[in-house]
Amino acid sequence: MTANVTKIGMAEVCTANHPAVLVTLGLGSCVGICLYDKTKKIVGMAHIMLPSSKDIKNNSNRAKFADTAVELLITGMVKYGAERRRITAKIAGGAQMFSFSSANELMRIGERNVHAVREELKRLTIPILAEDVGGNYGRTIEFYSENGALGVKTIGHGISVI
Amino acid sequence: MTINYDNLNSIQIDVFKELGNIGAGNAVTALSKMLNKKVNMEVPKVRILEFKEVAEILGGAEIPVAGIYFRVQGDISGNIMFLIPTDSSRILLDMLMGPYRDGNEFGEMDKSALEEIGNILAGSYISSLSTLTDMKIKISVPALAIDMVGAVLSVPIIQFGQMGDSVMLIETQFFQGDTQVKGYFLLIPDVDSFTKLLEKLGVA
Repeated sequence: MTANVTKIGMAEVCTANHPAVLVTLGLGSCVGICLYDKTKKIVGMAHIMLPSSKDIKNNSNRAKFADTAVELLITGMVKYGAERRRITAKIAGGAQMFSFSSANELMRIGERNVHAVREELKRLTIPILAEDVGGNYGRTIEFYSENGALGVKTIGHGISVI
Repeated sequence: MTINYDNLNSIQIDVFKELGNIGAGNAVTALSKMLNKKVNMEVPKVRILEFKEVAEILGGAEIPVAGIYFRVQGDISGNIMFLIPTDSSRILLDMLMGPYRDGNEFGEMDKSALEEIGNILAGSYISSLSTLTDMKIKISVPALAIDMVGAVLSVPIIQFGQMGDSVMLIETQFFQGDTQVKGYFLLIPDVDSFTKLLEKLGVA
């Protein structure tokens, strides 16, 4: 069976049945959240941009924020038949692409995104099995429904599977 | 504050285009002097894009680029970014400093040269806008990232994420004829600067 490859852009979420490959290209300060139900091989990926929907008035797009995208993903996966208690997570991204001498809040957005994602997963008691976060470089990630493997590609910082 | 881009009329879009034209025109002149070669530019495009589309504009989110990024501050605020694909960056550096570099790596010298190129170009871009609008506008020190274009662009885009679900880019492509050096200027004004700019230019 050939897997469908789906690209997920900024502020998007996607859930899929096996066989599927979910891909986000050129992840920078955003964070890719990858959820997996091992038994049913159901996958979900979110590409969040900001830590919290509560700081912002215009927050209708739930896929955009760490504190709303995870629930959105889980709901989608449950519809496909996933079981909440079986869901595990892998995360990647949250880089600081530019280093300004005056490190203001906005420049630390990658770090804040990662922190918010961890908090949200903790709140929902979803274990993080692996992560590749931080640094100052971009990542392309590929998430496979076959085995829940997350491939991480970079320019100049190697390729890995977590 | 939420911006509704649908409210922009075609005259206002044209004004933004003209800003790009004047800004990039000056920057291209500066680049041309620096290289002592003719540099051409295309007609600026004003693009209003959803976030998921942004990374695709240069031909794919994974294209490696040198991104030189500035915060714009003063009477208006926003971001200005130059994106130069890495192969073009190498040619540009060769033209400026001689082909002495080995391999494909960018050394410290290359990086600071790229920042300085960016600095000169952003300076000319912004000073022409400042003159045109009679506003005080200044730029931050440059910050450089050499990486996938999607990752590089995520930084200014995230700022827009706080205000809406789309972003306006004033994009101008430039190229140096015989050597295939090409690049992009992106001016991304903050949302609350839109009205100020439009008012100042009499098309609010």
